[in-house]
Amino acid sequence: MPEAAQADTVATAEATPDTPQPFAELGMADDEYARVREILGRRPTSAELAIYSVMWSEHCSYKSSKVHLRQFGEKAPENDALLVGIGENAGVVDVGDGYAVTFKIESHNHPSYVEPHQGAATGVGGIVRDILTMGARPVAVMDALRFGPADAPDTRRVLPGVVSGISFYGNCLGLPNIGGELGFGAGYAANPLVNALCMGIMKHEDIKLAQAPGPGNKVVLFGATTGPDGIGGASVLASASFDDESHAKRPSVQVGDPFLEKLLIECSLELFGKDLVVGIQDLGAAGVSCSTTELAAGGTGGMRVELDRVPLRDPRLAPEEILMSESQERMMAIVEPARLDEFMAVCAKWNILATEIGEVTDVTAEEAERGGRLVMTWNGETVVDLPPRTASDEGPVYERPYARPADQDGLQADDPSRLERPKTDDELREQVLRVLAAPGICDPTWVTEQYDRYVLGNTVLATPHDGGMIRLSDDTDRGVALATDGNGRYTRLDPYTGARAAYAEAFRNVAATGARPLAVTNCLNFGSPEDPGVMWQFAESVRGLADACGQLGTPVTGGNVSFYNQTGDTAIHPTPVIGVLGVIDDVNDRLRTAFGHDADGAAIFLLGETRAELGGSAWADVVHGHLGGLPPKVDLAAEAALAEVLADAAEYGVAAAAHDLSDGGLVAALAESSLRGNIGCAVELDDPFTDLFSESTARAIVVVRPDAESAFTELCTRHGVPAAAIGTVGGSSLTVRHPAGGFEIPLDDLRTAHASTFPGIFDAE
Amino acid sequence: MTARVGVVTFPGSLDDRDAARAVRIAGAEPVALWHGDADLKGVDAVILPGGFSYGDYLRCGAIARFAPIMAELVPPARSGELPVLGICNGFQILCESHLLPGALTRNRSLHFINRDQRLRIESAGTAWTNRYLPGQEILVVLKSGEGNYVAAPETLDELERSGRVVARYVGTAPNGSQRDIAGISNEHGNIVGLMPHPEHAVEELTGPSVDGLGFFTSLVARVTEASPAPAGTG
Repeated sequence: MPEAAQADTVATAEATPDTPQPFAELGMADDEYARVREILGRRPTSAELAIYSVMWSEHCSYKSSKVHLRQFGEKAPENDALLVGIGENAGVVDVGDGYAVTFKIESHNHPSYVEPHQGAATGVGGIVRDILTMGARPVAVMDALRFGPADAPDTRRVLPGVVSGISFYGNCLGLPNIGGELGFGAGYAANPLVNALCMGIMKHEDIKLAQAPGPGNKVVLFGATTGPDGIGGASVLASASFDDESHAKRPSVQVGDPFLEKLLIECSLELFGKDLVVGIQDLGAAGVSCSTTELAAGGTGGMRVELDRVPLRDPRLAPEEILMSESQERMMAIVEPARLDEFMAVCAKWNILATEIGEVTDVTAEEAERGGRLVMTWNGETVVDLPPRTASDEGPVYERPYARPADQDGLQADDPSRLERPKTDDELREQVLRVLAAPGICDPTWVTEQYDRYVLGNTVLATPHDGGMIRLSDDTDRGVALATDGNGRYTRLDPYTGARAAYAEAFRNVAATGARPLAVTNCLNFGSPEDPGVMWQFAESVRGLADACGQLGTPVTGGNVSFYNQTGDTAIHPTPVIGVLGVIDDVNDRLRTAFGHDADGAAIFLLGETRAELGGSAWADVVHGHLGGLPPKVDLAAEAALAEVLADAAEYGVAAAAHDLSDGGLVAALAESSLRGNIGCAVELDDPFTDLFSESTARAIVVVRPDAESAFTELCTRHGVPAAAIGTVGGSSLTVRHPAGGFEIPLDDLRTAHASTFPGIFDAE
Repeated sequence: MTARVGVVTFPGSLDDRDAARAVRIAGAEPVALWHGDADLKGVDAVILPGGFSYGDYLRCGAIARFAPIMAELVPPARSGELPVLGICNGFQILCESHLLPGALTRNRSLHFINRDQRLRIESAGTAWTNRYLPGQEILVVLKSGEGNYVAAPETLDELERSGRVVARYVGTAPNGSQRDIAGISNEHGNIVGLMPHPEHAVEELTGPSVDGLGFFTSLVARVTEASPAPAGTG
């Protein structure tokens, strides 16, 4: 682009209606382009085309998912805790004592494949700004990650890069990483999933919304300068499948500066504290296009912006490039003119560049009818003049065709009961060690050790694969717990049940900390919505999740959809990742997964019902490479009852440890709890194979204090939860006995199997 | 009297609130100090907290060294008058300021490491460790990407000879630090630099132990006893 490029003005557009425009290259369909021309009554200028192309992209407009996502609202339970619902930057829930929590999970999948370190880093940065924008102080992050087979050559590029990016950005921001999950599967090889979650805390009165009320108020852009990085990230990168050219898309990946983001957080919180903003929006996907249209649409509908005042990293950028840039660490505020000097002083204190680029304007009744009026000028000439609501709220909506894939029946009929089972104790023991060493089950310390889990000093629990817990502040004992879960194998076998199972597992993880589940966020990762089979998986998953949330009274507060996670015709397993937030009145009551040495000799109870459910299980996957049959049945009433027992057990102090059962079944939970506490356990089982590997839902193990066994069993009876004493904590091995024999694994051998996998792969030269 | 302990916030400081909390739990009064103010507000001691001051651009601690607050801090610290504890990034700043010898370089693994870490207190003769017994083992938090302590062999010899190695990693240093050094002091024993984080081991609820509290109660004891600066242990 030459210096001081000749801008494509509204006047030029009117005069040259037939100039060909690159809408297809910007990811826009013919009929979408035609609709823009209809809205404007002329061809769009290059700048207007840029705005519509990013705002109507799949990533920003949810055009393929909207018709399904409505169920989250329609089936939502009545819940007084929900303070801000779907549609804002992030949902907000009341957690008591005047505190509110906002949390959201978002994907950064495609950028993390193209450039793992920066892709993952900016994923963290983006979700943190969403939380900040609500008026909250970000207090914790989590990540749900999926990669190709751990030992595949490309995974050795992608996984360490993603982990270093999350580590670099999150640690530098000073946000504790309190958990998440890590999974592997062939389908994720060229489509890794990087879903970043952030949680923030505020007082009720501090909630901020994306709106631009009050004509005459100033529009201020603050934070980083705008450069050519990430141009078209939302439209080009996140809204199309990968092909052989994907590596050429590297310039569409943004580059992060966590130090600047840390200053931006402190600066914004000081601005909020001094009540200096009337509306606020972060600049994420679609950059200035998104923030201006959404702020205007949420306010009077009118805004005037002088685009040439946007501070640039590269003076050659044209208006349309400024509008599409996804440069990181930028925010936009609406400020009353009388407070502008004070606003600028706070920014100066934090060394944050702030520039007034426009103002909120009044609109006529006629303009309001059309969707408001957003005008942008470039060196005095008008380059944008459009109704902002048509870009932000009235994008295309598709009822994509969907159909149950032809192979679904065959897949479900291929039941794991045909798989060969271990015939001897030696074989069973060997399979136990193989499952515990498998990448999705093994000790993830190689990954989690690179994240700061202590900073801010309020981390109560931060255990990989389980729920994390944060104390709300120094002067309260109240806390919140968070967990994310998703199982692509289950969802592939049955998307409706798989989504419910993911929800049930996150719910159970939170319950196993002693907290009471309250609200839900989700990140729905799927293949191309243009494939009717994928669309069926999506529709079924959303239906399953909406039904589940309605049944257990936990509203969906927001979320994110990531389509096009596919290369060629090969889509990932459908992977809805569900985040559940819970509340605990007193964090000192929290339940830990580790068997403590003070629990030596205490009884281990297995809660819930174990059935021969191995479809989609870790055992079938690891031992036989098999995926078929049906996923475990989901019984939400049983989950709710189990959660009641766990919360009461925590509150009354009768439990010395608790661990939910999920991936890898009972044996994975026993091994983790023993290794974390460095003390063994011995259990007696009737049917050791099924009892160890079944992944039946609504189950947990609880170590009960010796003087509280009768109180505990009575508690279980009262809630109708089956409870069986299966063994005791103690010794220095994992010991399994059954009527026909048994086996033993010394803790040292167990640790070697469980903890050597990642160092063996990722530290190898 | 209540000891008043300043905690400096640089742009990019992260564990400043945690250091202030530890000071409070130890019974002293934390005083917030701002990097841009040339004012120590009359505090009895100063903590340079962990984090990534100025983004750790150029080199960890290299820019923070030139902050206005440091111009106030360096003379009384160097003379032995003002107790100063530099934790993690604070340790790096003390080295860059030449208040302590040596440097901290990238971990041998080239990865950030966060783990619960055992340390052995080697010197109880400093303003910040007088409540420990020499040889006592404590469990605190290590979390850093550039914690690998290096210095010239003769400097290391001198540190050891003069009893200025304050703490060592138990077992092999996870970050590759020479002679397993986790923390050192100046010759007066008023300045201590420590790579691991004692301020994250002051509450049973949120830390791996409460073993880190001793650093802060040591300072309180030193200030409230109002004893003259110890002559050092060497």
